[in-house]
Amino acid sequence: MATIPTTASEIAAAIKSKSISAREVIDSYLAAINARETEIHAFNLVMAESARAQADAIDADIAAGRPIGVLAGVPIAVKDNMCTHGVETTCSSKILEGWKPPYDATVITKLKAAGAIVIGKTNLDEFAMGSSTENSAFGATRNPLDTSRVPGGSSGGSAAAVAAGFAPVSLGSDTGGSIRQPAAMCGVVGVKPTYGRVSRYGLVAYASSLDQIGPFATTVADAALITEAIAGHCVMDSTSIPVDVPALVAAASQGVKGMRIGRVTDLPEGAEPEVQARLDAAFVALEAAGATIVDVQLPSLSYALTAYYLIAPAEASSNLARFDGVRFGLRVNAADTNAMYGATRAAGFGDEVQRRIMLGTYALSAGYYDAYYGKALKVRRIIAQDFERAYESVDAILTPTSPVVAFKFGEKADDPMSMYLCDIYTIPTNLAGHPGMSVPFGTGAHGLPVGIQVLAPALGEEAMFRVGGALEAAAGDAQ
Amino acid sequence: MSDSPLSSIVATEEQMLPGGWEMIVGLEVHVELATKTKLFSGSPNRFGDEPNINIDPVTLGLPGALPVLNKHAVELAMRIGAALNCTIQECIFHRKNYFYPDQPKAYQISQYDVPLNIDGYLDLPSGTRIGVERAHMEEDTGKSTHIGGSTGRIHGSDYSLMDFNRAGVPLVEIVSRPDIRSSEHAKEYVAELRAILEVIGASDAKMEEGSMRVDANVSVHKIGTPFGTRCEIKNVNSIRAIGRAIDYEARRQIDVLDNGGVIRQETRHWDDAEGRTHTLRVKEDADDYRYFPEPDLVTLSPSAEWIQAVHNNLPALPAARRAALAQLTGYDTQSEAIIVLVERGQHEYVQAVADAGGDAVKALIYVQQAFADAGPTPQVPAKDLAALTILERDGKLSATQTKQVLAEIVANGGGDPAAIAAAKGFEAMDTSAIEAMVDEAIAADPSAWAKYCAGEEKAAGAIVGKIMKSSQGKADGKIVNAIMQSRRNS
Repeated sequence: MATIPTTASEIAAAIKSKSISAREVIDSYLAAINARETEIHAFNLVMAESARAQADAIDADIAAGRPIGVLAGVPIAVKDNMCTHGVETTCSSKILEGWKPPYDATVITKLKAAGAIVIGKTNLDEFAMGSSTENSAFGATRNPLDTSRVPGGSSGGSAAAVAAGFAPVSLGSDTGGSIRQPAAMCGVVGVKPTYGRVSRYGLVAYASSLDQIGPFATTVADAALITEAIAGHCVMDSTSIPVDVPALVAAASQGVKGMRIGRVTDLPEGAEPEVQARLDAAFVALEAAGATIVDVQLPSLSYALTAYYLIAPAEASSNLARFDGVRFGLRVNAADTNAMYGATRAAGFGDEVQRRIMLGTYALSAGYYDAYYGKALKVRRIIAQDFERAYESVDAILTPTSPVVAFKFGEKADDPMSMYLCDIYTIPTNLAGHPGMSVPFGTGAHGLPVGIQVLAPALGEEAMFRVGGALEAAAGDAQ
Repeated sequence: MSDSPLSSIVATEEQMLPGGWEMIVGLEVHVELATKTKLFSGSPNRFGDEPNINIDPVTLGLPGALPVLNKHAVELAMRIGAALNCTIQECIFHRKNYFYPDQPKAYQISQYDVPLNIDGYLDLPSGTRIGVERAHMEEDTGKSTHIGGSTGRIHGSDYSLMDFNRAGVPLVEIVSRPDIRSSEHAKEYVAELRAILEVIGASDAKMEEGSMRVDANVSVHKIGTPFGTRCEIKNVNSIRAIGRAIDYEARRQIDVLDNGGVIRQETRHWDDAEGRTHTLRVKEDADDYRYFPEPDLVTLSPSAEWIQAVHNNLPALPAARRAALAQLTGYDTQSEAIIVLVERGQHEYVQAVADAGGDAVKALIYVQQAFADAGPTPQVPAKDLAALTILERDGKLSATQTKQVLAEIVANGGGDPAAIAAAKGFEAMDTSAIEAMVDEAIAADPSAWAKYCAGEEKAAGAIVGKIMKSSQGKADGKIVNAIMQSRRNS
């Protein structure tokens, strides 16, 4: 048996050239899952049977000379908050346990059309609320690089799946950093595209105005490949932007010569010294690669976390109201309808979800709306304006992805505020609706990976991938 | 309803209630738009189907489903705005959050502080102008049927059945200003609004099927004093019920106030069988709907060109149709024949008969009497009806004969009236033959003739009746009368 390549682009090329079969690829990844999944718990569901069947179908297509998609035979793990037709979609919540959607999310439809094979549904913080994947109703996911530590979150399962070699690529969703932060903690690449670049149809909503689907990969080029595959205007999502998808794979190897990279001089403090050192090294590397480093100010950034923790829970309180036991999912019977709602939701939602629903309900309540939600929307506009002003003088901005490297289980679980601070550098971009990505750039404390975050203006994914590619190229040298 | 303390609109003398009281009424009318599909999904918008077949992930509020705005619904909502003289503006959608089993997402997508249509008005046929505060878009709920229990409501029922066919059907809620001062005006407002909605094709506006639903806000006060506390009356399912419910509620409030009581702000249910309202819920129980901008939808910005096109394509509204028909016939715009024909949409047919050389007034009368079930485009060719009006006008056919020929034309969906008349033996009687008959009748009943000559007009009846009998209805009554008058005066 030929050696199985580790990147999606190599796998697709090898299958297409018949140097390896799709079935061999899937079997190899399923074997890797078998070997270590009990320890890692990246998945809520491994779809071995359907994955093998799809691989066989692709091999049959190739043998018969029928056309195949650009991702034909590429295994992909998908966060368990994206709807898969007839396949359990739980959001790692008891309230949705056993629910099988009658439709595919747009990203799943696009992946299937491209020939990618969904190998499993990955674990997450319940309803994507968390930064460690400890909030899953079905047990935490472990960081493959150090199983005493969290993989980050909320897309911890998808990050761990790629880091553990369970899949070459995966999809996550990012509302306040839920792709970028676990990517950083697991030492992989993670991308949050521009809000509206990728359809949200079929993504179970946490905070609708912030949620965005994006890929995890081991290389920047693979992340670009998957972004290209899932992006594009979708008529099922009114917030989807009707623009063409740029050539991102090409951008990933284009280099940064002549680009202006922003260094935020008033970045909120709190990054570990080793993380700060990696950021400094990243600027040095990009300058060496031909970029100019420009100082920028983002004075409103320190308000981002507060605004986020009003806007996201407010939207969540409304989005999660549909889990009422009437039409699908868990129902706990009680004396009357109102009691049934209460019993169902109390039994079905975990503590963090209940905390955010209550927070959001409060923020939207009559008499509090203006002081909380209304003011948070104003802060949001100011943050977007700050970014837009900064992007007048730079093409991209670098910050740490997370202020800390992967932490130990339970270290922050009982202290929501310190957990929330993990997302201090990632949240502002979600509020602005801009793209951001995390690229591994060496290691920090305990030899654990550090991610550098590349931010770009709305629809500025090409610039972002150029910088990401350059960082990746320099990462080996710099370490 | 805005709580302007004093209003320039004051009840007329006949609208005044006993004891110096005046009723203040505002109406909230929900209409289902006549779209093919739902407001935010592709499922059919169709009444009367088997339960739960017009559904999809968006309708059911399944996790991950997203709304996409139906452009045709916006077009129809803009037509309503244009027809009600509203400003059509850039607008946004909000979520109205509340739990109820027939509300699939546990929120309704509606419009809140920035609706599509604002600041319009509707002129009642009787002349009063009623302000329209807003006409906004929203989605309908599903339908619950509560089984068991005594009230037919969810509380106390054994179980409930849900039909989500109606969930997501596009609605426009038209909110009047509190400009209505009588139940008659309220009924007139609803009738005229319904006529407008039908004419512009926005809704079939059937109250009995629930595609038009009216809630009435009623309060009373004494003229010159601030408005009283209002109650909202729900479950008013016919125009007649609107009048009854408003009159009942105003009387109830006056009784309470006259007896030293106070009116609570509450929602009341109209019981049509009992003829009374009763408390549904008081305001303190009202939900906090936690409105906030719907993040799954973008700002709706109808272009100036689109708005202009909606105005340009608006058909003639009922008021304009009545005015045109009144001008054609010389009738008053408020006369029953005009109102009825415009309601039936037969005004253009009358015009067509006139255009075909017919007598417009006779056409109006024929159509009113004989075309009740014929719809806006009767089968009878306009030229046939035109020919009949001329035969009658020229005295070739008597009124009685005309009626018979008309009945036959209607039954056959047309026909040459002259030929039908001939076939029936209705050949025209010439005046000299009628004169002979008149003289014969006078001779047969001299006492009646004497009375008639003495100015007792009623006495003519006996003579005319005799002539009609002997002519078998062929004699034209008008000609008979004219001959009798000339005999009397000579």
